[in-house]
Amino acid sequence: MFEPTELNAHNWRIEQGMRVLFLGMTLLLVLPVVIILAVLVYKGGPALSWAFLTENPTGGMTTGGIFPALMGTIALVLVALIASIPVGVAAAIYLSEYAPDNWLTRLINLAIINLAGVPSIVHALFGLGAFVLFFGFGTSILAASLTLAIMTLPVVIVSTRESLQAVPQPFREACWNMGATRWQTIARVVLPNAISGILTGIILEVSRTAGETAPIMFTGAAFFLPFLPESVFDQTMALSLHLFVVATQVPNVPESLPYGVALVLIGMVLIMNSASIALRMVLRNRKKW
Amino acid sequence: MADESKPQPQAPKHAIQTRGLNLWYGDFQALFDVDFDVRAGRVTGLIGPSGCGKSTLLRSINRIVERLGYVRTTGTIDVLGHDIFGANVELLQVRKQIGMVFQRPNPLPLSIRDNVLFGLRTHRDGDRKSRPSKEVEAQIVEESLRTVLLWDKVKDRLGEPAIRLSLEEQQKLCIARLLPVKPRVLLMDEPCSALDPDGTAAVEELIWSLKGDYTILIVTHNMAQARRATEECAFMLHGKLVEHTETAKMFVSPKNQSTADYIEGRYG
Ligand SMILES: Nc1ncnc2c1ncn2[C@@H]1O[C@H](COP(=O)(O)OP(=O)(O)OP(=O)(O)O)[C@@H](O)[C@H]1O
Ligand SMILES: [Mg+2]
Repeated sequence: MFEPTELNAHNWRIEQGMRVLFLGMTLLLVLPVVIILAVLVYKGGPALSWAFLTENPTGGMTTGGIFPALMGTIALVLVALIASIPVGVAAAIYLSEYAPDNWLTRLINLAIINLAGVPSIVHALFGLGAFVLFFGFGTSILAASLTLAIMTLPVVIVSTRESLQAVPQPFREACWNMGATRWQTIARVVLPNAISGILTGIILEVSRTAGETAPIMFTGAAFFLPFLPESVFDQTMALSLHLFVVATQVPNVPESLPYGVALVLIGMVLIMNSASIALRMVLRNRKKW
Repeated sequence: MADESKPQPQAPKHAIQTRGLNLWYGDFQALFDVDFDVRAGRVTGLIGPSGCGKSTLLRSINRIVERLGYVRTTGTIDVLGHDIFGANVELLQVRKQIGMVFQRPNPLPLSIRDNVLFGLRTHRDGDRKSRPSKEVEAQIVEESLRTVLLWDKVKDRLGEPAIRLSLEEQQKLCIARLLPVKPRVLLMDEPCSALDPDGTAAVEELIWSLKGDYTILIVTHNMAQARRATEECAFMLHGKLVEHTETAKMFVSPKNQSTADYIEGRYG
């Protein structure tokens, strides 16, 4: 009485087929990542050394290290963060906690979504026009970082808003019913519970920013500048542009050099991503719900 | 009607008085001409079928319903003899004087101690500079938790997240956290309906012990509870206040036919 029918057998074959299909797609997705990392480590590994990280490029960028580019990328990302975090988080708090549901709010949300979809080369041209020329910052760390900040703002806003909205509404209602203002509610209940999500979002965003090339190419990153910038109004080298340069623009570069640069860039990103995961786990354990 | 030998202007006979209260959610009218007097220091029950407007009435008494934006109210509500729609009324003060307890216990995602102190830290005696000392805070936490019969159970773990307490304990904590700012009125919207029978009995016992010191208005769907735990009872139907008398009277000889039908379970 419990024997399979022909239909059961048919459905079962489809079931198996689908499972294999989805698994295959997943593996296909992982494969490039694994191959990229393997090739980078295999080809770029020999270029890595302490000197590579701490010395200036020499010999027309065919020998020596990447110190100024490494420091330049860190500086660009830091200044971009200092600009985008306060604005992005504040805007997200407004949109999530204060904004009434009206056409203006919807318009702002639409603008944010569209801003996130703007190609980075367009941001680059905007940065060139606005920060380099109009505000007169010249090609500088400041102009490049502000361009990066504008580019990352929508993602910071969206991820922060999502973290805020993940805090259950009854908490807010409980506060309001006790006569707390919105800000008291935000500062004492909402933010402490959203902070892990907010930080994770920001760090992931940073890791993307570190690799951007187009937005900094016209606005602040230098082709070759074998010393450190002295202020945010100076130009700087950057890892991403340096990689582009040694890979395509400079003759007689040893094969391991561009791979080494790429490995350092990816290493930075991976370290930051792991930090964000670690941070999230630490903060989650301290959550009170 | 017993006249006090010394008339006390500070303590009016009615803690809550509504006159001609109408409330609309957008175009939908949820309250019709409600005249409701809640006597100070008593436990008053509010009963009626689902959707008749009990929660709406409760939420208009601390004006939290206005947060919705599309709500319109006409008529008056006096709390402790003062018009809460008056020109010079600070909403946050209204909500300080009127504590609210919800159906689902909603402790804040903070420690037990910080939950009790939340309101106090929010209002700080109305003075920007005043900040109670650690000792005063500890004393207030103990007093409040003792009042809700929770102190002995939690005194050794005040730093733990409130969410680890059982539902019954959470609900008691939600009552306890209202007390430090000395509210005069406690509104409770089905405070026991998420609790098991033991929890219900414990919270009812607590409510009974608070009467006299606080004016308590409690919504319930549980007729047995209304009978047991209230002194007066009001019956609502379709947004109107139908009948309001002593609990004993209402359950023995209701004046209105629909009240009788509801009490005997002929409504949903
Ligand atoms: N936020 C709202 N927006 C629009 N209509 C609402 C809103 N809240 C309640 N209502 C409507 O107002 C009427 C009264 O609702 P209310 O929640 O006060 O009833 P209740 O007596 O508390 O019911 P219950 O016993 O189910 O809790 C209902 O018809 C309900 O649909
Ligand atoms: Mg209700």
